[in-house]
Amino acid sequence: MATTYTLIEAQTLSSSQASITLGSGGTIPQIYTDLQLLFSGRSNSSGRVSVAVNISFNGNTSNRSSKTFYASNGTPGSDNFTTNIWTQDGATAASATSSTFSNYSLYVPNYTSSNYKSLSVDSVIENNAANVTIGFTAGLWSNTAAITSITLTPEFGSLIQYTSAYLYGIKNS
Amino acid sequence: MAATYEPIATFTVSTAQSSYTFSSIPQTYTDLYVVISSYEGSSGASLGVQFNGDTGNNYCYTFTYGDGSGGTGSQKGNNAGSIYVGQINGGTVSLLNINNYSNTTTYKNILTRNGATAQSVFTAIGTWQNTNAITSLTISRGGNFTVGSTFTIYGIKAA
Repeated sequence: MATTYTLIEAQTLSSSQASITLGSGGTIPQIYTDLQLLFSGRSNSSGRVSVAVNISFNGNTSNRSSKTFYASNGTPGSDNFTTNIWTQDGATAASATSSTFSNYSLYVPNYTSSNYKSLSVDSVIENNAANVTIGFTAGLWSNTAAITSITLTPEFGSLIQYTSAYLYGIKNS
Repeated sequence: MAATYEPIATFTVSTAQSSYTFSSIPQTYTDLYVVISSYEGSSGASLGVQFNGDTGNNYCYTFTYGDGSGGTGSQKGNNAGSIYVGQINGGTVSLLNINNYSNTTTYKNILTRNGATAQSVFTAIGTWQNTNAITSLTISRGGNFTVGSTFTIYGIKAA
């Protein structure tokens, strides 16, 4: 039986950095059907409990759009972005309870195809206090290139030590 | 190491069609997971799921969504002819979880996540009010799935 889920790359930050890239240099193998990225992050941005996280592929920041639906402290809302793929509250930040990191799952089907690339993100921030959020994001990269790298960048601050990301390749046969 | 996550079947639309059925689903897994990727360039269409060819009003669902412009909502459908699992509009990804699909004691639940970049972000829970094991799953929409749309079903083993 084929191995369906294969770990492509794992990163855990040993120090702060502005963003995290999986498949740096365009090294994501083109042998799977779908990709799943599991991310757990925290930003050092002060005065905030959480920050949004922006997704880009292949280092390209053009032709992106997204919608996010979220519920923060039980109050729902949604946002539309025409030039970015923002995932609301994708990482905790400096004002969150210490040692709390986000829980974040990105799914990209058919990442090697010559069609535009759609994605889905589920994210949650739990804080054992006020300002907790769940979020769902739909994103589109209107580009026909195969995805060879994925970069997550916090809206404010840098990702701190122990932020982690695991990229899996999924085969459908 | 036991394989806990296995592909059962996959299908890519080569000629526009309004539905696709996974048939003869093996009864050897614990849960099912379905991934749908599609694109709609004109107007949105509803996406529905039925089991075992049951077209009766034996389904119910509850969903919540955000339209991306501040708007949100939730609705419920009772005695419906299918489970509403979201919209196809723009680039769309649908992820469906079906737990304990092979038992013959309980009604079957489905948990869905749907993101349509030109319309809404959506999540739903649905129930098929039938105790039969799920042996087939039909996904349908208003209008046709575009060429290149993909459907994949995975089986998940608990042990």
